[in-house]
Amino acid sequence: MLAETSAPATRRAWVRRVPGAAGWTLAAGVPLVFLAVFFCWPVLVMVGRGFVVDAAVDLTGFVEVFSRGRTWRVVAATLGQATAATLVCVVLGVPGAHTLYRAGPFAGRTALRAFVTVPFVLPTVVVGVAFRALVQPSGPLGFAGLDHSFAAVVMALVFFNYSVVVRSVGAMWQRLDPRAEQAARALGASGPRVFATVTLPALAPAVVSAAAVVFLFSATSFGTVLVLGGPHYGTIETEVYVQTTQFLNLRAAAVLSVTQLVVVASVLGVAARARAASERALHLVPERAARPERSALGIVAAAVTATVVCLLALPLVALVVRSLRVGDRWGLDHYQALARPAPGIGTSALDAAVTSLRVAVDATWIAVLVGGLLALVLSRRPARRSARRLLAGFDVLVMVPLGVSAVTVGFGLLLSMHHPFGLPVDLRAHRALVPVAQATVAVPLVVRTVLPVLRAVDPRLRQVAATLGAPPRRVLGTVDAPVGVRALGLAAGFAFAVSLGEFGATSFLVRPDQLTLPVVVFRLIGRPGVASSGQAMAAAVLLAALSAVAVAVLEHLRTRAGSVEVRI
Amino acid sequence: MANTQRLVVVLVAALGLAGCSLVGASGSDTSDGTVTLVTHDSFGIGEDILAQFTAETGLAVQVVTLGDAGSMVNQLVLTRGAPLGDVVFGVDTTFATRALDEGVIAPAPRLSAPALADAQAHALAGDDGRLVAIDYGDVCVNADLVWFAERGVDPPTTLEDLLAEQYRGLLVTPSPVTSSPGFAFLLATIAATGEQWPTYWADLDANGVQVAAGWSDAYASAFTAGGGNGDRPLVVSYDTSPPYTIPDGGTEPTTAALLGTCFRQTEYAGVLAGAKNPDGAALLVDFLLSDTVQQVVATTMYMYPVSTSVTLPAEWVAWAPLADEPFAVDPATITANREQWLNTWADLGVG
Repeated sequence: MLAETSAPATRRAWVRRVPGAAGWTLAAGVPLVFLAVFFCWPVLVMVGRGFVVDAAVDLTGFVEVFSRGRTWRVVAATLGQATAATLVCVVLGVPGAHTLYRAGPFAGRTALRAFVTVPFVLPTVVVGVAFRALVQPSGPLGFAGLDHSFAAVVMALVFFNYSVVVRSVGAMWQRLDPRAEQAARALGASGPRVFATVTLPALAPAVVSAAAVVFLFSATSFGTVLVLGGPHYGTIETEVYVQTTQFLNLRAAAVLSVTQLVVVASVLGVAARARAASERALHLVPERAARPERSALGIVAAAVTATVVCLLALPLVALVVRSLRVGDRWGLDHYQALARPAPGIGTSALDAAVTSLRVAVDATWIAVLVGGLLALVLSRRPARRSARRLLAGFDVLVMVPLGVSAVTVGFGLLLSMHHPFGLPVDLRAHRALVPVAQATVAVPLVVRTVLPVLRAVDPRLRQVAATLGAPPRRVLGTVDAPVGVRALGLAAGFAFAVSLGEFGATSFLVRPDQLTLPVVVFRLIGRPGVASSGQAMAAAVLLAALSAVAVAVLEHLRTRAGSVEVRI
Repeated sequence: MANTQRLVVVLVAALGLAGCSLVGASGSDTSDGTVTLVTHDSFGIGEDILAQFTAETGLAVQVVTLGDAGSMVNQLVLTRGAPLGDVVFGVDTTFATRALDEGVIAPAPRLSAPALADAQAHALAGDDGRLVAIDYGDVCVNADLVWFAERGVDPPTTLEDLLAEQYRGLLVTPSPVTSSPGFAFLLATIAATGEQWPTYWADLDANGVQVAAGWSDAYASAFTAGGGNGDRPLVVSYDTSPPYTIPDGGTEPTTAALLGTCFRQTEYAGVLAGAKNPDGAALLVDFLLSDTVQQVVATTMYMYPVSTSVTLPAEWVAWAPLADEPFAVDPATITANREQWLNTWADLGVG
């Protein structure tokens, strides 16, 4: 604002010098190059190793892998688990989004929003232990016979991914203009009818987006499935892991990676079509204006959400209980031990927590920058049909990092980051690689959180601004930015949380003297002695608390930044 | 103006966060005075010990961890032309010949540790001294003695016993496919039953064996004495696990390793082929054999040191005996058959 009043002439001149096309090319180019270098290339190198033998392409691996009965079982199990988990997440998550984002504020709402995100960042190994403590025959839910069952796997996947739906749908819902619903009510429509005919269609793009993300996370989950499902619930992801890390059978691993990619791309394609069919411009309003009245459905949603929150809390309570159990008594001994270097690990959990926070800061800004730019580019609706098609393809491509095995990416980075492009640097052991790899996982989340909101901006607003003489940059600043910044805040919280808890990709990367908290938890739990596993639980509670605080702080910042933008 | 102030607050907060950045923090030490150690994620020698190496040699140690032992060896194979470090520690019996056959390990230039002779006793058959044994231990079935005493049942003693009716539904093992002790147990059964091992596992399955994903799921969740309130009094673990089950104020562990069910694992170190600092690498191998490290191998990595000149923890002497005649499978046979065995095992659908 200051800059504008003091030097309007220079600014306008600058705007004229950078034509729109060049600006958009840059906005698309930066994230594309990032994903190409740190994702596509490593994956291609790794898969290429499996298919190219003695400089000739050899595809007989497909026959070999698909002639095994287990491969088909594994593909079916992957689809079954992911579909079930996605359905349950959507059915439970939409009421959650209403209660936590749409309904009027209530005491502790911010805390609850942060709380539901906690499971998302917990390392799978800890959740596995906490869940098994509940479902195994001697546990409180043991009577249900859930141990090593399909239901246990789906429950755990829902536990992890519930917040994906709540947050993505919530970001949209809280800004939906309530007047459309009010008008329908005034015309005599019942509450459920208004929801089905007015609200749900408006939310559909966000719901489909979130469902796609949940599906991908579920289809590629590794630890959860192994720990809770037992050996019979192997997924494509676990097969890739075994073939790569244990057998070094790159041929089979490449076939499975490609299969995974095909499954993922098909689901994304379907989701993209569903989204395109449902997407339209919505009238969005600032949060505070979008306060609807109480309704019967709202009360039902609140009841569902309260139940879900209690269920989410169960494994977490089990975790806290185990962290406080010292032999036959209760105490804080395991927490006190977090400040000391753990025996045989060399780092204290507190030091690891600091490392985790630093890595997460880097991963977050990278993901927000890359994902924000991508979302901005993807939200455009160019006049040319070819350009629109390009964007649609781009849209699907952006999601692919969620659907590729962490092992494939990790091993691929190992193969491709030694003297990349002939440069005399060895990036394999560089500290920056861990946040970069975590950012590639977070980028799709950022895009999926921001994009539905940007797309819902009525294009007429932009046209009006342009007609009134605003240059393109100004249109972006006054029309898109205020809406985008809020969603970007949410996305940043998500990216931060993903990075804090990320274990899969991180564990396959070279980590020189750089232990993050999930890694320390994993190592503590792998050591003998009840004290070690108690400390692991305490460290996991610390991780959960950190992520909850981080998400709450970002929510707070977001509201502040949002209010600034709106007033400008 | 108030808006601008808020904006400033937000920006300052963002910059403050960026100050925590890792990339912005000091980078890794890449000077010539560094030796890079590649190891698995159970490596337990802390910075305080490694600092002694730096004090003695002037070389800084950078530790690079690459997942479990199998994942580590396979990553070393993939990066053969451009190794990720100078020296590797943690190549185990089951992956040793793959590392050697693939040419990942180079002969070490002049080693001089006095414990080298002790290490020889554990050398890999057929190796020309490229892999140096550092520590070893047994993977054995562990029993919850309290559980068995309360029921007046004697714990099993052999692999054959595990098929008996009275031990139905009592055993939990980590999966051989995803866990290193799980694979060691599979090898023990292969050594014991030969070609008949699939039948043995089918019988084990019929007798209600449970298969967990990893060691911690088996020990810390399903085992009755692992702190997880589990319901399986028999678990595949290590012979060194029992001393960690001595209750507070007690003098005896509540568990014991069944020494008739053990598979011996040895962990080796070696200089990586194409190492930038092979001399530093050799010094580090010597250091791993020094009393300084050998003395803490037991307490940090739960393995027996190869050196006979260091003292073991008293509770190990009392409660963690080694098997007299552990099962063994020729390492080259393991490398040749690993995938086939594990595929066969997986197709049995055990658990």
